[in-house]
Amino acid sequence: MTIDLLPHLKQMLSAPGLSGYEDPIREIVQAAWQPLCDEFSVSRVGSLHALKRGDGADPRPRVMLSAHMDAIGMMVTGIVEGFLRFTQVGGIDPRILPGQMVVVHGRKDLQGMVVLPPTHLLPPEAGSGVVALQYLLIETGLHPDEVEKLVRVGDVVSFAQEPIELGATALAGHTLDNRVSVAAVTHCLDILSRRKHAWDVWAVASSQEEIGVTGAFTSPVDIQPDFAIAIDVTFARSLGGDYRSFPLGEGVTLAWGPNIHPSLYEAIAKTAYDLDIPFMREATPTMTGTDAYAIQVVQSGIPCLLIGIPLRYMHTPVETVSLKDVRRAGRLMAEFISALPQDFMQTLEWK
Amino acid sequence: MSPNKTTPKNSRRKLGKRQTELLRSLCDALSVSGDEQEVREIVLREVKPLCQQVEVDAMGNVLATRVGSAASKVQVMIAAHMDEVGFMLTQDDGDGLFGFSIVGGIDERQLVGKAVIVGREHIPGVIGAKAIHLTTPEERKTAVRLEQLRIDLGPDGGAKAKVGDRAGFATRYTEIGPSIRAKALDNRLGVANLIELLREAPENIDLLAAFTVQEEVGLRGARVAAYHLNPQIGIAVDSTPANDLPSYDEDGENTRYNTRLDHGPAIYLMDGATIADRRLAEWLMKTAEDEGIPYQIRQPNPGGTDAGAIHKTRAGVPSISVSVPQRYCHTAAGLIRRADWENTLRLLSAALARLDSKILTPSEA
Repeated sequence: MTIDLLPHLKQMLSAPGLSGYEDPIREIVQAAWQPLCDEFSVSRVGSLHALKRGDGADPRPRVMLSAHMDAIGMMVTGIVEGFLRFTQVGGIDPRILPGQMVVVHGRKDLQGMVVLPPTHLLPPEAGSGVVALQYLLIETGLHPDEVEKLVRVGDVVSFAQEPIELGATALAGHTLDNRVSVAAVTHCLDILSRRKHAWDVWAVASSQEEIGVTGAFTSPVDIQPDFAIAIDVTFARSLGGDYRSFPLGEGVTLAWGPNIHPSLYEAIAKTAYDLDIPFMREATPTMTGTDAYAIQVVQSGIPCLLIGIPLRYMHTPVETVSLKDVRRAGRLMAEFISALPQDFMQTLEWK
Repeated sequence: MSPNKTTPKNSRRKLGKRQTELLRSLCDALSVSGDEQEVREIVLREVKPLCQQVEVDAMGNVLATRVGSAASKVQVMIAAHMDEVGFMLTQDDGDGLFGFSIVGGIDERQLVGKAVIVGREHIPGVIGAKAIHLTTPEERKTAVRLEQLRIDLGPDGGAKAKVGDRAGFATRYTEIGPSIRAKALDNRLGVANLIELLREAPENIDLLAAFTVQEEVGLRGARVAAYHLNPQIGIAVDSTPANDLPSYDEDGENTRYNTRLDHGPAIYLMDGATIADRRLAEWLMKTAEDEGIPYQIRQPNPGGTDAGAIHKTRAGVPSISVSVPQRYCHTAAGLIRRADWENTLRLLSAALARLDSKILTPSEA
C-alpha cells in the first residue's frame, strides 16, 4: 500500500494535542501506523512507540525515529464577563494572536477567537502598539452565563485555522510544526514496508517537545536505540530572509553541530548525495532545540541525526511547508535505514 | 419582547433559513471597495423579482425601486453599502509573495498570521509572520508594519494572481449559539436587511433602495445614488462597533462601549459625519416603544455611514442611520447576535409601515 500524505497530514492537523494533552493526536498517529508496524506502546509521559521489526539476525540493532506530535496553544487563566483570559503553552509571539480562530476545549469544544480589546480598555502603555498576551481575550460567541457553565480555568485552547493548500505543492496551517515530521515518518515506514531492512525501526511520536523536550528525554530509556534520527521543522525563507533560513521546497536540511554525530552525518549525507535527494547542510552551532538535543544525552549517550523540513512562519497558525520536502525527508530516512548493514555501529568512527 | 399573542404583522419573527443563508452568501463573497461585483451579482439576483425598476449606475451602485400603491406616498431612500474593507496586491516579489495595501480602515495588528483569499477565484493565501525563534525580545515589543508583511500564495501559486487584484480575509460565515461570526458583516447585514425590506415593503412608501459602493473609502457611492434617487427621507442601514468588552483593570468600568450586544438596533443621533434628523429619530424610537422592540442609542462618537453623504445631497435630505451592533468590526471576523439583527429588521419594517410624510412637517404640538 501507499499512503497518500496530504489527507493523512490534514487529518493530523485537525486533531488537537497540546503539549501534555496529546491523546487525540496519538490515536490518529497510531491508527495510521497500525498497518505498518508490529508492536505499539505508550510511554509514561505520553509518547507513542511503534516497532517495525527488521529482518536481520537476533539481536538486531535499533534505530529510533523521533518526531514530536505535540502542538503549541493556550490555556485559560480566567473568565471575565464571559470573555476568557489565557496564557501560552509553548512559544507564541503575541503579535500573531489578535483575530485568530481557536477551539476552547471546555466541557465541550467551543469555537472561539482571540480578540484585541479597544485601546481605551487597555493599559495606557499598550497604546496602539503591541498588546501583551495577558490583555488579550478569547470570545466564544456565547452568553456569559453559558461560558461560566462550560469553561474552567485550566482548559486548553487549540488553534483552529483549517489547512490551506497553496498552489500545487505547499500546505499552510497550524501545528505543521511538527505534524509534517510525523507524516515524514509515516512515509518512511510506508516505503520500508516494501523493502528489506536488517535493523529494527522504532518510530516515536514524542510528547511535550514544546515544553522542555520531555518525550525525547524519556523514550530512549524504554527503546535503547543504537542511534536516533530526530525529525523537525526548520526555518524556510520568505520576505527579508533571515540568514538562518532555507529555501522552501528545495530539499531538506541535515543538521551539523554539537547535537549531531559527525560520522552519522557523513553516512546519511552520502545516501542523499548518491540518490540525488536534495539537501542542505544546516549549521547548528550550539543546541538544536529539537528532540536530538535531548536524545543525545540520555543514559550513556546516543548518537543523533537531525533532519529538518523547511517551514515558513513557524509558530503561527499559517505555517507553510512544501509537501515535496516532507516526502524527501521520509524517503531519505527509508533509503538510509534499508541500506544499514547489521554491523553499521561498529563501522562508525570518530575521526 | 412582544407579550401580545396577536402580534401585529411587523413584530413577527423575521429571521429564518432564507435570511441566514442569504447573509452567509453575502459575507463569504469578496467585495472590496471599488470591486463590488460579487455582492452586486447576488443583490441583482435577489432584487430583480421584487422591484419595478433596477439599474446599475455609473459607479456600480445598484438602485432598485419598489413603488407603493397608496395615493400619497413618501419617497424613502434606504442605503446599504456593498463594499468591505480589504486589500489590494501592489507588488509582485516573485516566489508567490505579494506586497499589498489596505483598502479602508484595518488595524495593521489584525493582519499578522491570517488566511486570505485573492481575486475573483478566491485563490487561497496567507499573511505570514517571522518565526518567534528568529525575533529579538525588543522586536516582539514593536508592532509589525504593513511593509514587513506579504501575502504568500505558495512557491508555485503566484502565477494565478497579479498586481491590482483585491484580497480579503478568508473567514467563513459561522453560526455559534446566539451569535453569528463572519467577515464583512459590515455591511452585508445592511445589504441583507435592505433586500428583506424590499421583499415586504409597505404600500405607503416608494422604497428607493441603494446598494452602494465605496462607502469604506469615503461614502462615495451614496453621494451619487442620493442625487439620482432624490428622496424625501434617507436612511442608512449599517453595522456599528460594539466595544462592550471588559477593561484590563477589573475595577475599571467600560463607559465607552459605543453600542452593546443584546441591546437591540442602534439608532444614531450623531456620528462623525451626520447629525441625525431629530424627527426621524423620534419616529424610530416611538415605533420601537409601541412595538415592544428593544433599541439602543449609539453613543455619539466619530465614524460615519452613507447618511453622511445622503443628508447633504441637493437641497438636503433628512437622514438617519440604524445599525446592527457588531463586535470586532474591520477585522478577520466580526460577531453579532441574531436577536439584534432580527430586532433591527423588525424595527425598520414596523417604522416604514407607519411612515407618514407629516412627520417632516414642523410641528408645535
